[in-house]
Amino acid sequence: MSVTQQAIHEHLRPRSFFRSLSPIDWVYAILLFAGAIFAYHKYSYLMSYYGVIIMFAAAAGLSVFGWYWKSIRVLLAVVAAVSLVAVTLYEPAVAALKAQGMSGREAIAALSSFTDKVHHRFLFTYLLSSTSAIMWMSALFILATVTYFVHLFSRNVFIGKVASAMTWSAVAMGLIGMMVRWRESYLIGLDVGHIPVSNLYEVFILFSIVTALIYLHYEHKYKTRTMGGFVLLVISAAIAFLLWFQFDQNGGAIEPLVPALKSYWMKIHVPANFIGYGSFSLAAMLGLFYLLIDHAKDPKRFSPILAMVIVFIVGAPLALYKFGISSFTDAGLAFGTVFLTMGGLWLLGFGSVRAIRHIGYDNLPKMEVMDDIMHKAVGLGFGFFTLATVLGALWAAEAWGGFWSWDPKETWALIVWLNYAAWLHLRLTKGWRGTPLAWWAVVGLFVTTFAFLGVNMFLSGLHSYGRL
Amino acid sequence: MTTQETQAASNTRRSVVLDFLGSMNLAITILVVIAIASVIGTVLKQNQNYNDYIIQFGPFWHEYFKMLRLYDVYGSLWFLLLLAFLVVSTSVCIYRNLPTMLQEMRNFRLNAQLKTLSTMENARSWQVEQDEGVLSQLHRFLNVNGYRTREKQHEGRRVIAGMRGKFNRVGYLLAHTGIVVICVGAFLNAKFDLTVRHWLGQLMPVPNNVQIQSVSDFPAKAVLQPGQSFAFRGSTQIPEGQSANYTLLNMGNGVLLQYLPFSIELKKFTVEQYNTGQPKEFKSELIIHDPRLKQPLHKTISVNHPLEYRGYNIFQASFGDGGSHLKLKLWPFFTPKLHTLEVNSTVNSQATVDTRQGPLTLEFANFKKFNVFPAPKNDPQHHKFKNYGPSVIFRVRDKQGVAREYVNYMSPIEFDGRYFFLTGMRSSVSEDYRYLHIPADDKYTIKRFMDFEAALSNGPLVTRIAEKTVDRLMKTQSVPGMDKMKSTVVNSMVNLEDRFLYGGYEAIDAQIKKMAKTKDQQAKMADAYNKVLTSLLQAVYVDVLKQDGVIKSAQDITQAQERFYFDAIDAIRQLYLYGSPFYVQLTDFKQVQESTLQITRSPGNFVLILGCAMLIAGVFLLFYISHQRLWLVLYRDEDGKQQLLFAGSGNRNTADFRKHYKDLADRLDSLLKA
Repeated sequence: MSVTQQAIHEHLRPRSFFRSLSPIDWVYAILLFAGAIFAYHKYSYLMSYYGVIIMFAAAAGLSVFGWYWKSIRVLLAVVAAVSLVAVTLYEPAVAALKAQGMSGREAIAALSSFTDKVHHRFLFTYLLSSTSAIMWMSALFILATVTYFVHLFSRNVFIGKVASAMTWSAVAMGLIGMMVRWRESYLIGLDVGHIPVSNLYEVFILFSIVTALIYLHYEHKYKTRTMGGFVLLVISAAIAFLLWFQFDQNGGAIEPLVPALKSYWMKIHVPANFIGYGSFSLAAMLGLFYLLIDHAKDPKRFSPILAMVIVFIVGAPLALYKFGISSFTDAGLAFGTVFLTMGGLWLLGFGSVRAIRHIGYDNLPKMEVMDDIMHKAVGLGFGFFTLATVLGALWAAEAWGGFWSWDPKETWALIVWLNYAAWLHLRLTKGWRGTPLAWWAVVGLFVTTFAFLGVNMFLSGLHSYGRL
Repeated sequence: MTTQETQAASNTRRSVVLDFLGSMNLAITILVVIAIASVIGTVLKQNQNYNDYIIQFGPFWHEYFKMLRLYDVYGSLWFLLLLAFLVVSTSVCIYRNLPTMLQEMRNFRLNAQLKTLSTMENARSWQVEQDEGVLSQLHRFLNVNGYRTREKQHEGRRVIAGMRGKFNRVGYLLAHTGIVVICVGAFLNAKFDLTVRHWLGQLMPVPNNVQIQSVSDFPAKAVLQPGQSFAFRGSTQIPEGQSANYTLLNMGNGVLLQYLPFSIELKKFTVEQYNTGQPKEFKSELIIHDPRLKQPLHKTISVNHPLEYRGYNIFQASFGDGGSHLKLKLWPFFTPKLHTLEVNSTVNSQATVDTRQGPLTLEFANFKKFNVFPAPKNDPQHHKFKNYGPSVIFRVRDKQGVAREYVNYMSPIEFDGRYFFLTGMRSSVSEDYRYLHIPADDKYTIKRFMDFEAALSNGPLVTRIAEKTVDRLMKTQSVPGMDKMKSTVVNSMVNLEDRFLYGGYEAIDAQIKKMAKTKDQQAKMADAYNKVLTSLLQAVYVDVLKQDGVIKSAQDITQAQERFYFDAIDAIRQLYLYGSPFYVQLTDFKQVQESTLQITRSPGNFVLILGCAMLIAGVFLLFYISHQRLWLVLYRDEDGKQQLLFAGSGNRNTADFRKHYKDLADRLDSLLKA
């Protein structure tokens, strides 16, 4: 009887969110706030009033985020611990700054040649300097992409776990790299220091991290790793761009902020934007996967690869026209690229159908699940993109005296917003599902990419910080 | 027709219109059409000069584009109508859905039919014993899971209906109302009243191409007193130490003068810099003078930190020169004697100089204290930026009114270890500057170059040096009959130098082409001319150095001096293209800056922010709250057995709700078993 009463009691006990928290949850939150209070105590003289509010709001937000998704607690603990170690490795630079009157950049450059602390030097040079950490992130993301595909083909559970672990590690390394870079910027000069979300190099890291986290969340929620390869493809593309930008364009240098960017708004506007971009990209990659499976099931359905070929046939001459061909070498390279890409696409189209049939539909993610995640990602992205656009408008009102100036970046943000607003109305009100929305999501990625990169490359305007 | 019938007919007509305006297809179409229309304005540069458009598209397309207002898409009537259409469509949607939504939020649907419930996707039933305690426990079960409950006794059955997440419906209302509110706010902030008065002819803006010297020259129909306009965005330029009580509003192709109820004095404008030279902050120290204030209000504004005063917002928008004092030295070209001329002037004013070409006007257009540009790629310090120091921009205008624009840098600038005075020239604003690199001497001045140039312009001196050169040549290689030829040779040498000075290598080339026919002859001749010219130029240079007392003989020339020679010749060979008969050297300055403030009155801000908050709250409520309903029905089946039916539905994320329902049903199951 007492057992049944206990059971009844158990089922009828008021269920409170706070009561469901474990002691670890509380320790986690307390540590977050302790960190915030410590930072406030030590650095409040460098922060604006709103900066302080944002910091404490971030502590609260991360607490709730960690309570809701437990893995975040571990991630943050690791990132915090390693970042602290990494930051202490910079102490010789701080000392050199003080003692030898070096400039911040010289001091940091000299760090890897400090010979008296050999073990530190190794850690610093190969693991924890911001550049190394970001290199590790890049490598891990690319390895994870490959591993996820291996998992998809082999259906080996262990390989899947390895892929997830790699992705988590990549996220951790990326975040550590950003933390260290943040610190580095302050070493270069107190007035130079700023959160690393201010230029193209930094936001590409942010994009990779955010997209990976959103993906990991759905992986955790839907208990499937079969979608990882496709989603991480877009991250790998971002990494490829990042590496090109860093090594070919020297885009990785920390630069001081232009006056218009010196505002607390940047801390919330940019990350919110990238939650949007990340979600939309994830939705598009799932859309692509969806369409490939769709095409494999019924070859009469239009293949997304064929669509890519068509876009390429139209796009390549336009690109050539834009960038111009001045020599035979250029022309050779251009035609070579065109043929290679066409060949690659053909192989991809042909190969993907074969591969999908080889894997078998039962071992692929369920179509309804992909459709559902696509919808959720677009919803999440739309919410945060709305938030980011509104925050951007408020910022513009403060910096330029008007909420909206029809600057190309603003206009393209509106276009992206309208595009996904239409998408969501089609799904929620008109009841559309599956293939047409998958197509729309893939096209949406092109619109989003143009808003994110194309505007900076082809159009000029007020948002000229992320210049290529 | 009876009144009732008319009523009915107008009702149907109304509902047809509403059906159309509120339809989802229309809404989605408008969203997509606005998106596509917006693209035009980003691809086509907006609000440029008509001439630029004509050059770009040709006169034929230009007319059509102009007619369609493609050069100002976002201000065009058709685009505003599209936006208005969106607002109307959204409003109709809200109007039509509001009653249903409110109903949905209040109604627990206690009257749902048993048959409907039992055929729902999420439904399960149990056979239970009659027990009064069960009912309250069932209530409690729904309550602890976050559902509010209502109960009703139907004929022979008891229905407990639970509901949670009704804020999803609030989300719908907030998000859509938010859009409308934002548009209303934007409308309030737009200078709509002024536009209407402009159309009605009550306001006559002064066209942009009409120059106005002072504020008092504005005609009455272009002037607005404080309070005469609802919302505006204006721009005011104030030089340091001066004040303004007005702002200028752009209206069509002209400007209006809007007076402010206070006056703004610019005490000081500063550009703070990082140690790399890039700008860190633009700051204006302002003093507000207002009869309402006991003491003037001191306030510093900067980018991102505007001032709000009496409903007016003052932003740091831009800056420029407010009439810096300049001290200049004019060095003449092409004269044997270097008579320099001192000129004192200010930016935005002019000075007249008499030259051999007649009077020339110097118009000083701008002064910049810092010129930070991307550093050359091979910069040894790997700096991304380099400060080129102060510069002055001026135009030299002749009697005919033809002008060239120049930019001259005050200090010599280093390139590959050598220092040069940089001076750029262009004949029209659409061109890029073409730069002349004048080498600086070992004291970092322009003197030696000017001395060298003056010596080359000194006919008698050049002739003397040519003679000496010829003498020397004749000494080393005696050619019979050379004596007679001497004067001819000297003459042609001087001639060649003259041609070079006033026409560069191009003039010599032209002469060669005239005299020699075949390519072979031309090449031989060019070679000979080059040798002769070089020997003369070098001899003149050596003479200049000797006069200067730097060297005693040609053997003393250092490597640096030799390099200077080549750099100087490089500059001199282009001098004939320079177009100005003098070099303007900036010797001293006192900077007076000017700050451009943006002054706005935006009464719609509150509405806009409210709308934004509604939109964001609405979107998140819509996505993250699902309106969910549960029903528990106790009834007797045909066999008279007591049954409990548990059914549920959710309006969002049905897959998630399915899981949630299953979880609840399982727990209900174990509860019932207990």
